[in-house]
Amino acid sequence: MAMSKTRRKEDSRVPPQLEKARTGIPGFDEITRGGVPKGRPTIICGGPGCGKTMFAVEFLVRGATQFGEPGVLMTFEETAAEMTKNVASLGFDLKDLSARKKLMMDYVRIEPSEIQETGSYDLEGLFIRLQYAVDSIGAKRVVLDTLEAVFSGFSNQGLLRAEIRRLFRWLKDRGLTTVVTAERGEGALTRYGLEEYVSDCVIFLDHRVNEQVSTRRMRVIKYRGSSHGADEYPFLIDDQGFSVLPSTSMGLDHAVSSQRISSGVKELDDMLEGKGYFRGSSVMVSGTAGSGKSSLAAHFANQTCIDGKRCLHVAFEESPAQTLRNMRSIGIDLAPHVKKGLLRMEAWRPTQSGLEMHLLRIHKLVEQFNPQAVIVDPITNLVTGNTHEVHAMLMRLLDFLKTKQITAFFTALTEGGAAMERTEVQVSSLIDTWMLLRDVELNGERNRCLYVLKSRGMANSNQVREFVMTRNGIRLLPVYLGSGTVLTGSARLSQEAREKADETARLQEAKEKSKTLEIKRKVLEAKVAALRAEFADEEDRLAQSAKRDEQKERSLARDIAEMASLRGSKAPGKGQGA
Amino acid sequence: MKKKAAKSGVEFIELKLYVAGQTPKSLAALANLKKICHEHLEGRYTLHVIDLVKTPQLAQGDQILAIPTLVRNLPVPIRKIIGDLSDLERVLVGLNLVRAETGSSK
Repeated sequence: MAMSKTRRKEDSRVPPQLEKARTGIPGFDEITRGGVPKGRPTIICGGPGCGKTMFAVEFLVRGATQFGEPGVLMTFEETAAEMTKNVASLGFDLKDLSARKKLMMDYVRIEPSEIQETGSYDLEGLFIRLQYAVDSIGAKRVVLDTLEAVFSGFSNQGLLRAEIRRLFRWLKDRGLTTVVTAERGEGALTRYGLEEYVSDCVIFLDHRVNEQVSTRRMRVIKYRGSSHGADEYPFLIDDQGFSVLPSTSMGLDHAVSSQRISSGVKELDDMLEGKGYFRGSSVMVSGTAGSGKSSLAAHFANQTCIDGKRCLHVAFEESPAQTLRNMRSIGIDLAPHVKKGLLRMEAWRPTQSGLEMHLLRIHKLVEQFNPQAVIVDPITNLVTGNTHEVHAMLMRLLDFLKTKQITAFFTALTEGGAAMERTEVQVSSLIDTWMLLRDVELNGERNRCLYVLKSRGMANSNQVREFVMTRNGIRLLPVYLGSGTVLTGSARLSQEAREKADETARLQEAKEKSKTLEIKRKVLEAKVAALRAEFADEEDRLAQSAKRDEQKERSLARDIAEMASLRGSKAPGKGQGA
Repeated sequence: MKKKAAKSGVEFIELKLYVAGQTPKSLAALANLKKICHEHLEGRYTLHVIDLVKTPQLAQGDQILAIPTLVRNLPVPIRKIIGDLSDLERVLVGLNLVRAETGSSK
């Protein structure tokens, strides 16, 4: 019964996912899906100076401060004081932790010249010291840095290996999550083959120099009982300790937003259905040198901050001070946003570090600052020769930003003359909204035009606009298509003037015409009036003559009647014989 | 205690034997050591036996890793002899007693 119980217990101890101890190291816990195996030993191996000790110490420090697990640091190569000084640059205060009983450091000095072997022995002293240290602070985590030192002090290899095996069993029995550092070996993983005994989890740190730029990479070589990211992940060590860059979910299943945000230039918004970019989308503006890409980026930054959102501006060419000054000349003042903490401007040279470092740095800034928009100006500076790598890096960056629904705005420099629709890094397929700034040369002038090459998810205007930088910001003016060509700059101005003159002339003509018409009408009216008067006259005369005729008739009739009466006969009728 | 005597080789020796409980090795070491001290260091040594099972915190002071370890604190330099002390030659070399051996005829 007991056996089946333990078997069940063992089964439950090695489930699909092992119980893990979180390290708290950003990125590492993601790669390992939870941290190092709990209660088991993990090996960190690598060449000299690749950060093994730093990793191990950070594992302990974070264990003590973040996860309430005190730890024991057994160091075989550096004294406690030296160790404290070394990690102080990472922001860890080992002295304080020791005082608070969260950390116990035991420096084990092995001086081969002091030691004389006479007869059989074992390493029980080590066990006793470890036990004592663990008991005195109730430690749950242990770091042995580096256990290989025992190989230099004691010559009995067989005994050493037996004791090491015993040590790891001892650690496992007590459920202590252990991290052991080991030097990289020639041909083997570690110089003394420690990986034979520590086979639960093996992590390899690499420090490479590629074209004068150093990159640090980490790889989980083995993780028994757990799935893990199997790639090489770049990491860096700075004043906040270790940071590993996990590959972001490269699955295309980001949530999307239908919100729109303004680009900062009203006419540009008009070209984009009147609303602007989609929130969380990727925007790129490419163009030749000096075509106004950074200015467009600044407009976007400005708008984002005006809307009360945070914006991160990463520049690879100009210092923040220079950008601020240049943008002021076109009427964009970003300084107040910086002061309010809405705009964060970071600039560094792309040659300063490897590609992964840039990505990692941007990652960290985004995690720290939590912006709603990120501007990278320009991305083409990152091309170091291996465009495939740059492409991969940008893809990861875009992926990362999309997952966080952060709007990305990139600028890209294109070689003049070459096909404008081809960027050096061939990243255009990853971009949702792509605008092109093109120069048009005509009549001894170079003027800029902007057009929206593509904009996924919206009906964008297919018209070209003239791109002008004025003292009050960028303006997009509709271009003139005189005789089938695009006219910009002074050609347009002259065309405008000409058309205006034409219009004035036309107006003038129209006015004149109407005047003539007016005169004609007046004349006509006068004529009509005259005719009317004449007619009225006639009418009058006719009326009068009619009246007179009538009178005559009446008097004649009267006369006849009178005459008849005089003659003494009754006049029967009128006018009938007399 | 008494510092170096006039004749080289006749020095006062301070010994500490670190053991861990009553294991066979520890007992063997103790027995062997007692024999050596009796035969070669009569009258000019002090011996402390420290059982690390009882007092583990003392292991750090003398940097004890292996058990059993015999530490010769005085005279300097510090010498550590690990093992059950069954190899007599080695022990004497380790304690730098060879000269004393040839000096006296014990």
